[in-house]
Amino acid sequence: MSELRLLQGNEACVEGALAAGMRFFAGYPITPSTEIAERCALRLPQKGGKFIQMEDELASIAAVIGASVAGVKAMTATSGPGFSLMQENIGYASLAEIPCVIVNVQRCGPSSGLPTSPAQGDYMQARWGTHGDHPIIAISPSTVQEAYTLMIRCFNLSEKYRVPVIFLMDEIVGHLREGTEFPAAESLELYERVSSPVMGIDKHCYQVEEGEWAPRLNPFGRGERYNITGLIHDEGGFPTNNKATARALISRLLDKIDRNTEDICDAREYRMEDAEIAVVCYGGTVRSAMAAVERARAEGARVGMFRPVTVWPFPEARLRAWLPQLKGLIVAEHNHGQMLLEVERVARRPARMIGRVNGTLIPPDEIYAAIMEDNV
Amino acid sequence: MREYSDLIYKYTRVDHLPHIWCAGCGNGILTRDVAVAFERLKLEREKTVVVSGIGCSSRAAGYLDVNTIHTTHGRALAFATGIKLANPELHVVVITGDGDCAAIGGNHLIHAARRNIDLTAIVFNNNTYGMTGGQYSPTTPTGDKGTTAPYGNIDRAFDIARLAESSGASYTARGTAYHTLETIQAIERGILHKGFSLIDCYSVCPTYYGRKNKKGSAVDMLIWQRDHGVPRARYDALSPEERQGKFPVGILQQNDYPEFIEQYQRIIDGCETEQERSAFIHD
Ligand SMILES: Cc1ncc(C[n+]2csc(CCOP(=O)(O)OP(=O)(O)O)c2C)c(N)n1
Repeated sequence: MSELRLLQGNEACVEGALAAGMRFFAGYPITPSTEIAERCALRLPQKGGKFIQMEDELASIAAVIGASVAGVKAMTATSGPGFSLMQENIGYASLAEIPCVIVNVQRCGPSSGLPTSPAQGDYMQARWGTHGDHPIIAISPSTVQEAYTLMIRCFNLSEKYRVPVIFLMDEIVGHLREGTEFPAAESLELYERVSSPVMGIDKHCYQVEEGEWAPRLNPFGRGERYNITGLIHDEGGFPTNNKATARALISRLLDKIDRNTEDICDAREYRMEDAEIAVVCYGGTVRSAMAAVERARAEGARVGMFRPVTVWPFPEARLRAWLPQLKGLIVAEHNHGQMLLEVERVARRPARMIGRVNGTLIPPDEIYAAIMEDNV
Repeated sequence: MREYSDLIYKYTRVDHLPHIWCAGCGNGILTRDVAVAFERLKLEREKTVVVSGIGCSSRAAGYLDVNTIHTTHGRALAFATGIKLANPELHVVVITGDGDCAAIGGNHLIHAARRNIDLTAIVFNNNTYGMTGGQYSPTTPTGDKGTTAPYGNIDRAFDIARLAESSGASYTARGTAYHTLETIQAIERGILHKGFSLIDCYSVCPTYYGRKNKKGSAVDMLIWQRDHGVPRARYDALSPEERQGKFPVGILQQNDYPEFIEQYQRIIDGCETEQERSAFIHD
């Protein structure tokens, strides 16, 4: 049976993670994400899971990867400064193909910025924060309900593609309280990590089966003895300088996301059927944009909203499909133009940018005014 | 023809030999000590995990035929914390360097020790950053040279075993590349010990540290260890004058402090038995 509860976005994200089977959390407190750690501390032991407050974010992400190597679905949560500290090991998880989920409840500004204020300034960092070419998936919720349901999707994708998934929340959704439905456990679609039937010394632990995209590394302790490293490695998991091996590994890592965008990418359209103007936005900004679209529609403007749910990889095929009918493109995001670059790349034309970084929300009025200016 | 001993066949991935270490490096001896300790304890290899960071020392993990994970610089103890907490049945051993565990990973060291989590950390302490070519490390003695201390190191050195002890580690020991028997025993007891155990093993790096500081050959450096390290029982019997310039080898201290995972398990058990469970418990 499903249940309805009044919850904060941060709390809902924990409940979604638990429903997905998350049983390990390691983190370090930081506004505006702290409620996630607090709720994990309360809830995980009730489920037989483990919570640990680490000494910093460097340790938190490391412990999360460690727990995942031991076969447990694991996550951490942080905000800008902590997200910066986690980057090296996010790259480690990408290369070593260890599933894990990192929640970043974005706050305003570089450095310590405005800790309690909303922003979406980590959009590019979510994609390119760690060094080197690497695969990543990032998903952004707009409602408390989605903080629950999309968290399950984060775990599913992470386990399926063996890739770190960033849950790119923002302070708006993290601290919002809304009625949230917990679907019945039986109705949830959960993806469990595929394990390999091969036991014993695994010399081919990183070999990928025909028709699959990621290796079936069994959890440590299940029967194999194999090696994991952050160095470029061969199919046996051992470091190598071989150029062909390096190229094959990096290509496969990137391909497993790039060739599966249909499965991974998700976007929502709102009143796009006959739209000539599209407002592109994601996360908490969606709420202002929807109000603006409603109002402009009431005045006859042919405007809709296009909202990437999977924000990385950018759902470009979905946006491209609307381009022929669009005359105007408006991007609304809480930064100085980050997703804007993706939108313009896909559209091959300039878009109008509505952004702000002053600690306040973009009000519907501002988006409405832009729509009406474009609607000539 | 068999090129190696039975021990090496059993505990190392022989197809990945020869190892990358320089001639005369102490790491090979210390890695063997770890393997002998595993053998004596009859650890199930499938249930044993060796976690390492980055450095020459951390390359030891890849040669050992157990579950091995070579992580990022400084973070081995944090990875190990996640592995052990997620599956307490595993024997989790960390192999790390002096830079890896006391510089970039110093915070993780003191906090793993403070939690007294059931991990065994084995430091291959060569007084230098070997992998990057001989820069000074947190255990380079004051006055000694490194490529980044061409005029002599003005920092004071950490005693990693004492650092761990004062941070709460319930077992600390000293090993050296020379004192094989004592080192094996110290590792063995450290693995058996419930709680955070750290064995600070002096390695030798004739290639960088030795050459920069005119310490002679690898053999000369091992002889220095022989002449200055004294097995614990004998050391205890020495007078204060006789102890001058010597250091004890073997167990330094062992205590019975509450262990982190056992404590956490009590919380889980408490939640399970609690009658008025929170409204949110629903599976
Ligand atoms: C974040 C980061 N910083 C720096 C390095 C470069 N680096 C690799 S090994 C090493 C020093 C290792 O010294 P130590 O831990 O004493 O091990 P040793 O090589 O002497 O065994 C450094 C600085 C790195 N790999 N990662």
